[in-house]
Formats: sequence, C-alpha cells, structure tokens
Amino acid sequence: MSSKSQDVEALLAQKYRHGFITDIESDSLPPGLDEGVVAAISRKKHEPQFLLDWRLKAFRHWLTMQEPTWAHVHYKPIDYQDISYYSAPRAPANAPKSLDEVDPKLLATYAKLGIPLHERARLAGVAVDAVFDSVSVATTFKDKLGKAGVIFCSFSDAVRDHPELVERYLGTVVPPGDNFFAALNSAVFSDGSFVYVPPGVRCPMELSTYFRINAAKTGQFERTLIIAAEGASVSYLEGCTAPMRDENQLHAAVVELVALDNAQIKYSTVQNWYPGDENGLGGIYNFVTKRGECRGRDSKISWTQVETGSAITWKYPSCILKGENSIGEFYSVAVANNYQQADTGTKMVHIGRNTRSTIVSKGISAGHAENTYRGLVKILPSAAGARNFTQCDSLLMGPKCAAHTFPYMEVKNPTATVEHEASTSKIGEDQLFYCLQRGISAEDAVNMIVSGFCKVVFKELPMEFAVEAQNLLSVSLEGAVG
Amino acid sequence: MLKITDLSARVAGKDILKGVNLEVRAGEVHAIMGPNGSGKSTLAQVLAGREDYQVTGGSVTFDGHDLLALPPEERARAGLFLGFQYPVEIPGVNNVYLLKAALNAKRKSAGEPEVDAYEFLSLIRQKMKLMQMSESFLTRGVNEGFSGGEKKRNEVLQMLVLEPKLAILDETDSGLDIDALKVVSAGVNSLRHPERAVVLVTHYQRLLDYIVPDQVHVLSGGRIMKSGDSSLAQELERRGYDWVMESQVA
Repeated sequence: MSSKSQDVEALLAQKYRHGFITDIESDSLPPGLDEGVVAAISRKKHEPQFLLDWRLKAFRHWLTMQEPTWAHVHYKPIDYQDISYYSAPRAPANAPKSLDEVDPKLLATYAKLGIPLHERARLAGVAVDAVFDSVSVATTFKDKLGKAGVIFCSFSDAVRDHPELVERYLGTVVPPGDNFFAALNSAVFSDGSFVYVPPGVRCPMELSTYFRINAAKTGQFERTLIIAAEGASVSYLEGCTAPMRDENQLHAAVVELVALDNAQIKYSTVQNWYPGDENGLGGIYNFVTKRGECRGRDSKISWTQVETGSAITWKYPSCILKGENSIGEFYSVAVANNYQQADTGTKMVHIGRNTRSTIVSKGISAGHAENTYRGLVKILPSAAGARNFTQCDSLLMGPKCAAHTFPYMEVKNPTATVEHEASTSKIGEDQLFYCLQRGISAEDAVNMIVSGFCKVVFKELPMEFAVEAQNLLSVSLEGAVG
Repeated sequence: MLKITDLSARVAGKDILKGVNLEVRAGEVHAIMGPNGSGKSTLAQVLAGREDYQVTGGSVTFDGHDLLALPPEERARAGLFLGFQYPVEIPGVNNVYLLKAALNAKRKSAGEPEVDAYEFLSLIRQKMKLMQMSESFLTRGVNEGFSGGEKKRNEVLQMLVLEPKLAILDETDSGLDIDALKVVSAGVNSLRHPERAVVLVTHYQRLLDYIVPDQVHVLSGGRIMKSGDSSLAQELERRGYDWVMESQVA
C-alpha cells in the first residue's frame, strides 16, 4: 500500500503518461470527405468491389442523417470536412513480415505503452494485433492460432484472405445505416480486427488488441468483427490509449459480434483515451457502436468495460438475444473526472424464448464531470420467459459532479421478469475517516473504497486487465477527494 | 503518555467539551463514564482527529508531541487507535486487505519493511482465534453484513494486530451479550502492557468487571466532574450519575 501511493504520485507527476507523439512519416489523405475519399480509401486497401459498393452506400446514407443530440453530452459541432480519414505509417516497399522488420520507433511506442510485443506476448500467452493509427503493423501468434483454425488478423487482411466471411457477416449486426457514427464508420473505416473461431473450437489464448491514435487531426475509424461459430468460444481484450493534444479527436468505431449456437464471446475493454486536461481542453470524442448478436440457441455474449478516458464517451455495448436460451451480460465501470462527460450503458433486446440478461453498471463521477447511465431492456412478444436483472450504482466524489440514470424498459411479454436496482452514494466521510484512523493515507483510502465499489465488475476482467484497470482508476481519480 | 489540558471543542456550532483535563500514563487503564450527551464520544473523536469536530481551546500532548497538530492518519501511525462506536461498512473492500494496509502504513512510518504475507496471515489467524472469529471473516468485506457484536470484535481484532500505544475504545461493550463481552474483554486485557495505555469509554460498569481500570472519570456537561479508582464505578452503578452532579453542587 505504502509503495503504491508513491507510484500514484510518480504517475501523476507524468500527467497523462501515454501523451507522447511518435515521429513517423504518415501516408495520410488530406482532410475532407466525399465519395472520392471513400473510393480512395478502398483503393489504397485494394478492396473488392462489394466492399467499395458497401462503403459508398453507407456514405450516401450518412449524408441524409443528422448527428444525434439525445445523449447527455455537450460539445462544439464537429467539422467532418476538417478530418483526415486515412493515415498509415509509411512502410518500406515491402510490408513487415516479422517484428524484426517493424520500424523500431513504432515498437518503442508500444514499449512505452507497456506492451513490449515479444516478451509480453510470449510470457502472457496473449496474441496482440496492434493497430497503429489505421494499419495493423504486427500480428503475433498467428501460427499457433492457425493450427487451431482460429483466424485473428487485421480487418484488411481478412478482406484480402477471407472475403467470403467478411461479406457474409459485415454489417449484419450493426447495419451501415444504423446510426450517424456507424454510417460514417462504414463509409471510411480504414482497419481494425477480425476474428473467426470455427465450430467447436475453444480459442487457445486470449486475443488482445491495442489501439492507438497517433497522427494529429486524424479520426480513427476502426471496425472489429468477431464470429464464434457453433460451439466455439473466445475471449477478446481491447485496450485503448491516445496521445495528448489540444484539439479534440474523433474516434468512431464499430464492433460487431456474432455468436452462433452454443457459442460464447467475452469482450473486455479498458479504455483510457486522452480525457482532455483539467480545464476540459482537448481529449478524444469516443462515439462508438458496439453490438453483439446471440444468433444461435444457448449462445452467450458478455461485455465488460472499464472506461476511464475520453473527453466524451458515447457508447452502449448491446446484445441482441435472438437464439433461444441465449444470455447477454454487461458489466461496466465508467469514471468521469474534471470536465469529462460519459453517456454510456447498454441495450438488451430479448427476442428468443427464455433469454436472460444481466446489467451491472458502476458510475464514478468527480470534479465537474457528468456521468450518465442509459440503458434499454426490450422484451419482444416472442421472448416468453425472458429475464433481466439490472443494477446501476453511482458514486459521487465532491460537490460539483453529477450522475444521471436513464433506465428504459419495454416489456411486451407478460411472462418476462425484469428487475432494476439503483443507488447513488457519496464517498462517505465516515468511511474515509475510518481508514485514516487506521493510518491509511487519504489517497490510498479513496482507491480502496472505489475499488471495493467496482469489485463486481473487475472480477469479470481477465487477471492482467484487472490490475491495469485498478491502476487506471487510481490515476484517473487522483486528487478527487481531500 | 496522554495529557489533556483545558480541552474545549464544538460540533456543528455547539460547544460540547468545556475544559477537559486528563492525564493517562503508560501502563494505565482509564474508564470514562457519564450520561448520554455528556461529550464522551466527542472526546474520543477529537483525540482521533475527526475534521468536523472543532477544537476551540486547550492542548493535548501524546508522548510529549502536540497531538492536535497532526492529521488523523499520523496520529494513528504514532500509535493512537480508536475503536469506533459504530464501525462503518466498506463494501467490496476485503477486511484483511484493510488491516494489512493499516499495518503496513504504520510499519512504513516507523521505517520498517512491509509485513510478509505469510507472517501476516499467521498473525491474524492467531488473533482471530483469541477473538473467537470464524475463518469466513478472512474473505468478507470490511464490516459488510456484520452483526453489531461482530463489528465490535472486529474493532478489537484490528487493535490487537496494530498494537497501539494508546487505545481509545468508544463503547466497545455496547450491544454485546455476556459471552461476547468476555471475549472482547480478554482481547483488551491481552494488550495490557507497561508501555501501553487504554481509555475505555462506556455507559456501564459491567465492562469494568472484566477490564479493571486504574482510574474512573465521570464526564458530564463537557467536563470531568469526578475521578476515582475502580470503586467509583461501582458506586455509580448503585447511586446513578445524578449523585455526582448533586455532590458537585453541594
């Protein structure tokens, strides 16, 4: 404990630890967006015709859409013509075939992020598909996964090597016209990750992707598609961080998960995009659409997220529970400090019979932050015997922050059971004094109390992620009390 | 060890302590008794450094140092322990984790290394046995779902692990049945030592049958009205607090 408080101080002295900028020449498109830009992205990536058509359709649809205003967040209008929609590190004529060929500066960047690919991957048994700006630079453990029949690669590689799978599943969970930001992503996405786990295969390792926005004034639009075939299972980890800049950067990703009969997908996120400074300057706008479909019977999709970063978070990882007896879960910790705004939650749409869902949301607000839980539990007439349990807890630190809870429920089948519990509490002076009287510093006491508050969510995270999440919380909430 | 001189304090704009004088020497056990609202708990909280209790006059030294100048966590690390009247629940925080953090904070300030995990576990098991607490306690949250009696035992357990120089126990006996009272008393007695002192804040003489004090004080109206040896407690039991008040007036 004692050394931990020193760590916290050391981390603080560094301010936003991941706020360095890698000096690599980028091969970027100039800012601006029209059909020509969409076509240029597709051409740069040597995409087949179906994908270009798909992108253009999405783009035309996007032009007809309005940016949504229903979320409880405030920001200046985004100028979509002022963003560069493609940025790739300029590689030598031949793309790297192994880590040795990767630009050492790039690898050093990953080392600073705490993911030395060689050691980390080998020791931890984690395959890392690292996305640097828009192009996947290194994919490890492809061979081992290949033996199991698991496909884990960048989205671009999937388009090249497995176009039939991409064509079959892309946009089937989040249609191109689903919402404003999903449509934008569908038009201009530049890369992302692709996972296919064949029938009956249990993925032999945790899959992990670190995303990083580097080049200035680039939006990052990655696209993730994960398919678990009949009886397959996979656990996927996503960590995010971005350098410090004064202007805001847009991040509009789409994640689609498909679980067929008896399949299981566990998707964990630790998000630490740059949140802006203590006066609310800069930071990432994180407008993300994440949705999973339990397409087959007895399938299960579980979302776990720890959100500590971003100036604005607008994100609702959801489950469409189509298959009979399928299960959807959502475990979330969202932290908002200083001038951060978070509007996050989930949607559970029960379509199949006896479908079940669990929602556990823990919101922590400090400083001047606004933290909103927004959730929808929808039970369709076909979902006989469906059950939902929702628990939303908010923790307030200090007098100037706010927490809001908007739970929506639409129940159209009388045999369904829906439960909702909610609580809001302040970090108790009594709890704090109790710890102080035991000789524990205020900083450590707050960390302890907050970790206790989040424990039910942290225990859903894979081990190493749980540790990282806890550290992030400590840093994010520094100075929030006392 | 502890010297309180003319201590006055107010809570929420109301004067509660109005010139308390008390000296506790190493090796002694003092009992502070008195009617409800006399300022007993306020005195305990002020000594521990609770922020919303405002000291308006007087001084307190602890081992010769100005106690009131220290923040609460440093008072604790210097060896002052408060057994709370109403121990708080901290959901999700493991009981043992809190205790280990507390012990390490104290060791660190004394320039000692952090406690070894194995040693710590055997220490805590040994003390739990003394307090007759079940193993399940190891995995539970801090006071989470504890009964009143369990919370009090937990306070004494923490005290035994932290081995404070001065333990102030605020109504640690309230809400205990007779068996639990014996266990808690045995725990407190095991800590008695020529280098340590204990201040018991209590309503009832019953506790003092098991922990025999060197001195008994009656606090009333924010002042110590009467002091004596352990026979004073028995007299109070027979004659009530009014007797002290009347004898003062006379």
